[in-house]
Amino acid sequence: MSFLKKPNIAHPGLPKNEIGLTIRDYEGAMSTLCAGCGHDSISSAIMQAYFELSVEPHRVAKVSGIGCSSKTPTYFLGGAHGFNSVHGRMPSIATGANAANRELNYIGVSGDGDSLSIGLGQFGHAIRRNINMMYLIENNGVYGLTKGQFSASADRGSTAKKGDANPYSPIDPVLLAISLGCTFVGRGFSGDKEHLVPMLKSAIKHEGFALLDIISPCVTFNDHEGSTKSYAHTRANLRETVYADFTEHHEEIIAQVDPGEYKKITMHDGSRVGFKRVDESYDPTNRVSAISYIEEHRAKGEVVTGLLYMEESSSEMHSVLGSNKQAMATLPYNQLNPGSETLARIQARWR
Amino acid sequence: MTASKLNDFVIKLANVNGTGSASANGMLMKSIFRMGIPVTGKNFFPSNIQGLPTWYEIRVSKDGYLCRSGKVDFMVAMNAETYNADLAEVDSGGYLMYDSTWPRKNLQERSDVTVLGIPLSDMCNKAFESARAKVLMKNVAYVGALVALLDIDMSVVENLLKETFSSKPHLADANMQAIRMGYDYATEHFDCPLPLKLAPMDATSGHVIVDGNTTAGLGAVYAGATVTSWYPITPSTSLIDAFSLFCQQLRKDPETGENNYCVIQAEDELSAIGMVLGANWNGARAFTATSGPGVSLMSEFLGLAYYAEIPAVLYDVQRVSPSTGMPTRTQQCDIVSAAYASHGDTKQVLLFPSDPTDCFHMSQVAFDLAERLQTPVIVLTDLDIGMNDWMIPEIKWDDSYQPDRGKVYDAKQLKDMDAFYRYLDVDGDAIPWRTLPGVDSKGAYFVRGSGHNKFGGYTEKSDEYKDVVDRLRRKFDTAATLVPAPILNIDSTKPREKGYALLSIGSCDGAIREARDRLQQDGHGNLDYMRVQAFPFHKDVAEFISQYEQVFVIEQNRDAQLRQLLTVELEIDPQRLIPLLSYDGMPVSSNFIVEGVSKLMKQGHAA
Ligand SMILES: Cc1ncc(C[n+]2csc(CCOP(=O)(O)OP(=O)(O)O)c2C)c(N)n1
Ligand code: SF4
Ligand SMILES: [Mg+2]
Repeated sequence: MSFLKKPNIAHPGLPKNEIGLTIRDYEGAMSTLCAGCGHDSISSAIMQAYFELSVEPHRVAKVSGIGCSSKTPTYFLGGAHGFNSVHGRMPSIATGANAANRELNYIGVSGDGDSLSIGLGQFGHAIRRNINMMYLIENNGVYGLTKGQFSASADRGSTAKKGDANPYSPIDPVLLAISLGCTFVGRGFSGDKEHLVPMLKSAIKHEGFALLDIISPCVTFNDHEGSTKSYAHTRANLRETVYADFTEHHEEIIAQVDPGEYKKITMHDGSRVGFKRVDESYDPTNRVSAISYIEEHRAKGEVVTGLLYMEESSSEMHSVLGSNKQAMATLPYNQLNPGSETLARIQARWR
Repeated sequence: MTASKLNDFVIKLANVNGTGSASANGMLMKSIFRMGIPVTGKNFFPSNIQGLPTWYEIRVSKDGYLCRSGKVDFMVAMNAETYNADLAEVDSGGYLMYDSTWPRKNLQERSDVTVLGIPLSDMCNKAFESARAKVLMKNVAYVGALVALLDIDMSVVENLLKETFSSKPHLADANMQAIRMGYDYATEHFDCPLPLKLAPMDATSGHVIVDGNTTAGLGAVYAGATVTSWYPITPSTSLIDAFSLFCQQLRKDPETGENNYCVIQAEDELSAIGMVLGANWNGARAFTATSGPGVSLMSEFLGLAYYAEIPAVLYDVQRVSPSTGMPTRTQQCDIVSAAYASHGDTKQVLLFPSDPTDCFHMSQVAFDLAERLQTPVIVLTDLDIGMNDWMIPEIKWDDSYQPDRGKVYDAKQLKDMDAFYRYLDVDGDAIPWRTLPGVDSKGAYFVRGSGHNKFGGYTEKSDEYKDVVDRLRRKFDTAATLVPAPILNIDSTKPREKGYALLSIGSCDGAIREARDRLQQDGHGNLDYMRVQAFPFHKDVAEFISQYEQVFVIEQNRDAQLRQLLTVELEIDPQRLIPLLSYDGMPVSSNFIVEGVSKLMKQGHAA
């Protein structure tokens, strides 16, 4: 066999989660991305989040488009089915998959090219339908896989490796998502796992479409001076605004009340997201003020991060459609077939 | 001049769209059907909501021929704008009825056509109050006149009206009043009935009148489809409408009221097919319906589905192309583009239904094949089948039917095996086994459109890549053994026409059947006729063709697409496949085939 699979050796010392799995059970094939690529750090945060949540890997379905970012689902959760689809069309795969089986846990991985150029339409419509999934944009401001062209998230004036400045204004997926009515919107940085993991856990548990825009530097094509998506520039201009703290349902009793906590949102399964504000004026439950806050800071060249908007009362696609709680894919045929007598009755109307 | 024609003629009604003529014309056709006389209705409508010309053609045929004959015996010319063309279309010895409230130029241009004027607007303006009723009732009034002229059973019409308006009795009364008005005027002013007339028969019992989009949608319900995603486009929209409507009636959980189906209107066709693939990957039977422009948009995903081996069902209700073409007219013009939909060495499985009965049954066949073969199946129907009113024998359902879900390892099988690899040819039929998400982590694999080896892993190695695509080619050979066999029509009781045969697909069938009979009446021998039902071609197709010097390939497109596919895929000498092509947007008529085949045979004999 020519594909790489890491040997899965159980280390007796490794901590186990509630279902008896170690972090190694959440790993996938060996990454083939460039050393230092931000996408790999995100994969590692994803493994950590699912591990901490004790999700059975086979109950997760991974979907992606095309790009370096979209390759990553093979690099985590090897025990989950994955679907590396076509460029920019992962949202439709996710929507159909979710329509067929609402019981699985969906993670979509995309890039800024995949979601904001070729796939902008599908991205917007998945938000509009409020598909119950976590959707990640691993945002590096370029098309990594096609060797460094500007993507639609590149800032105006940001320079390419060969020096040309980008003349167009960027599409900010966070602002776009909030304005489209997305029910969970966050922004993180691949270099900040500490804040990324709780945000991922909240996003996984959110009932509805959870978007995380994760700045994820491309070390090969967009990590130079003059780039606004480099490690250095991102670190220097991050504006951490609200931290999310995730507490699982059953942990609640022992959880300490944190004095710095501003607000708690209870999720559908009883888990809680606690918000800690760095900036006192920020309200992550108010769409209008969130948009103007992010706009204001963007104008100053700052990248606002954190769990920026959340609304837990939303209705995801199936509750809008009134679907059976049971997955369509597992409904037995005798529940779907109306039978010959019904067919005769229907045809009586055609005479 | 016309001899008397009993139960054997064509009435064409020329209207303006948006004036409510459709229900009156439907009532006329249904009344004839309920008199036990075989009948079909074809609608020629514009891509427009109001104000453009529209025609409805009713063929009455005691012999049960349900195609267009190509003639018009009685024209109801309600549209002043198309009057001249409508008059010109009437067969010598035929009739034309018009609204004599308005004078018409060229009224008497043809001495061989009997013109019947009825002041329909005048009568309706006097009899009805509301502006809408004045317009609508004109249509009902001409039906009333036809009841007298053609000797339609008035009690049948009355019952039909009562049923239609059972919840609104006042409307039934108003309609009946309009029927009477037309009827009385005709009996007073003309010699009723005309030599062109109807008499009750018993040839429609056990039959129904329905269009193919309705039966295809219902067929998908019976096939166990649970997910559909689509983007509106004529002429496929009514297929999804039918599926949705039947699901609302038949697929609600009796206890919870929850839906055992998902209908999602997508943002475009790219998304529609993506959702279908996502759902099928996850183990649901999912489908979409579209027409040519939609298939073009779906083509990238169709290649992924072919290569990554994901089942999908797609109904392509073909319409006149290229581009937007004439979206409300019919053709069989997507044969080649569907067969090779996508880039690279891609081949798709196609089914060719010929009528609404096929649309129903081929729905189950399509889903069974898609899951058995793990590949998209495209049902190539067309506007004529999908949107016109066909008389078909009542559809029978076999309650013992169980869907063929193909090779899917379940949790137990996975537990019992050492390791699972997605693309191994375990059984030697080139069809691998698959697993569904959510079942067991041992079954997990990564679907990819990029190069993969037989284990499912990423590869850029030439031999590993070739290994997979060569198996896919062999899988297509397996497909040829699983698709519905062609239907062979050989009448051994009559002398055969040697050296020639007919070969066709889909909705040409009715016209070919009638044409064969007529050619025989004209003194020709009986022509063997094969109707192909699927691509890849079943082995019988090549065998059939090999028996004749020349096979006339009849289809409804300009470029002889079926013939192209036959020559390329079966490596048949093109000289032996003679195209006969109808591509004017009208359903092919029996006249066209009779004339075309006679000419071709003459040329052939001369050669
Ligand atoms: C239809 C189509 N057009 C173009 C491409 C080529 N292509 C592959 S990846 C890519 C851009 C990916 O950019 P992004 O989503 O930002 O991912 P990254 O590599 O930066 O992580 C493009 C244009 C393709 N695969 N398919
Ligand atoms: S090209 Fe850029 S995005 Fe792609 S793997 Fe390398 S660093 Fe990552
Ligand atoms: Mg990118």
